[in-house]
Amino acid sequence: MTQDQLAPPAVADPGRGFLAEVVARAGTAARLELCIQCGVCGGSCPSADEMDQTPRTLFAMIRAGMREHVLRSTTPWLCVSCYRCTVRCPQGVQVTDVMYALKAMAVAQHTYLNATAADFSRAFVWNVETFGRSFEAGLSARHYLRHYLTRLPAVAPMGIGMLRSRRLRLLPPRRIRGIADLRRILVCAKALEAAA
Amino acid sequence: MTRYLYYPGCSMESNARAYRDSLAAIAGPLGIDLREIDDWNCCGATEYLGLSRLPAYALIARNLALAEQVRDGSEVLVASCSACFLNLSKANHAMAESAAFSAQVNEALAAGGLHYTPDAVKVRHLLDVIVREVGLDAVRRRVTRRLCGLKLAPYLGCMVPRPDYDGRWTDRERPSELDRLLVALGAEVVDYPLKTECCGGHMTQIGPETAFAMIRRLVDGAERADADLMVTVCPMCQMNIDAFQQEMNAHFRTSYQMPIVFFTQVIRLAFGIAPEALGFGRELVDARPALAHISDAPAPPPEPARVRRPPRPKGPALPMPVMPERGDGAT
Repeated sequence: MTQDQLAPPAVADPGRGFLAEVVARAGTAARLELCIQCGVCGGSCPSADEMDQTPRTLFAMIRAGMREHVLRSTTPWLCVSCYRCTVRCPQGVQVTDVMYALKAMAVAQHTYLNATAADFSRAFVWNVETFGRSFEAGLSARHYLRHYLTRLPAVAPMGIGMLRSRRLRLLPPRRIRGIADLRRILVCAKALEAAA
Repeated sequence: MTRYLYYPGCSMESNARAYRDSLAAIAGPLGIDLREIDDWNCCGATEYLGLSRLPAYALIARNLALAEQVRDGSEVLVASCSACFLNLSKANHAMAESAAFSAQVNEALAAGGLHYTPDAVKVRHLLDVIVREVGLDAVRRRVTRRLCGLKLAPYLGCMVPRPDYDGRWTDRERPSELDRLLVALGAEVVDYPLKTECCGGHMTQIGPETAFAMIRRLVDGAERADADLMVTVCPMCQMNIDAFQQEMNAHFRTSYQMPIVFFTQVIRLAFGIAPEALGFGRELVDARPALAHISDAPAPPPEPARVRRPPRPKGPALPMPVMPERGDGAT
């Protein structure tokens, strides 16, 4: 066999660009490019039934360059970060980290089907950037009023119970003293990420 | 007293107060001195990572940097919340693994006048510290009220044993640490194969049907195993299974009543730290009725049931296979 026969085909793999993009976003330690399509991830996943694609299919779609389909998939949004697939993957693909990267890409492009999850994440992060701590009462009040009005009768007893047992504080948490430093750190990190 | 750096996390100050209070009560008797890191910030849970990578790691790394500054003698950073434990070890691991990434995180930290040397602190979960550093013998010596007769389902949730960056647990899907600890307290531990299944995490907020299915599975498993109580190490698991159980029941038209408490509450009970009544009652599914099952003496082992052999059939036995004679060329 000559060297020419071993050389890669001249036509560039149309999906390589998107795969490279996801890998760059997830970090090279995520090992996504090593996926062998065995399907252990989907078989281990507690919420795979409700995903429109199993993780394995989604990874095949990433390789095939199906950018729009992948970034509109419900799969990353149903990932519960339980790391079962990650510890079982024979190739050591950090599936959870890939899902985080896909969520971040979908949020950046506004290509998610249901705004509930992205909105919850954004509100949570807003609290953290404002107080340096999470503010559960404020976060859940805003979230239920905005997305789950119909759920209110069912969750009301829970809210009352949480208030009565003093497990939910209505007042926002006190800001951490280093909040200005924390904000500077996050601004710098965002700038670095945008530049990369 | 052994000194440890301590990162409590936001939940410990709000919905997991029972965890905080019981930990404060047992830390002295266990000989652990937890020094809270001054001015720590939220770890970002699973939300920040889903929006952006570097800022999420920088947020976590600020806590690691603060811990590094005060480590003086103790380099173990104890986390009691699962998500905090996972995030702190995740950032530590990611920075140790890649010098380039570590440099980026440190460039961001420098904007706040901080720096973190990867692996400068060792992140460990409270359960790991109690089982491995304090030791089960020391725990056993402190028990004044053995929890005989109390059937407990050990429930770890997913983020403590997985992904286990530092290889600390006996298994990533079936670890035995919590079981052994509860046995040391004299309790009866039921076989609970769902012990590291997910409670739904943030799905109770963004996809309730998915979460309810997971909660039902866990609660049903504990009930089938005949457990009086579920015992957990995670504020998120406790919150989902306890606070959302009623809504889950309404959703499926079921009537589960499975209380779930923190392992530190159960330790406190076994240590007989007064007043005992204060340790429980913040749960929405009240755990106190189940505590009535505690008896002073261990239940006698059940008598082995007498095995009745079926009567031998009458008449000649079935023909037995006959081995061929040796010497017919089989040498």
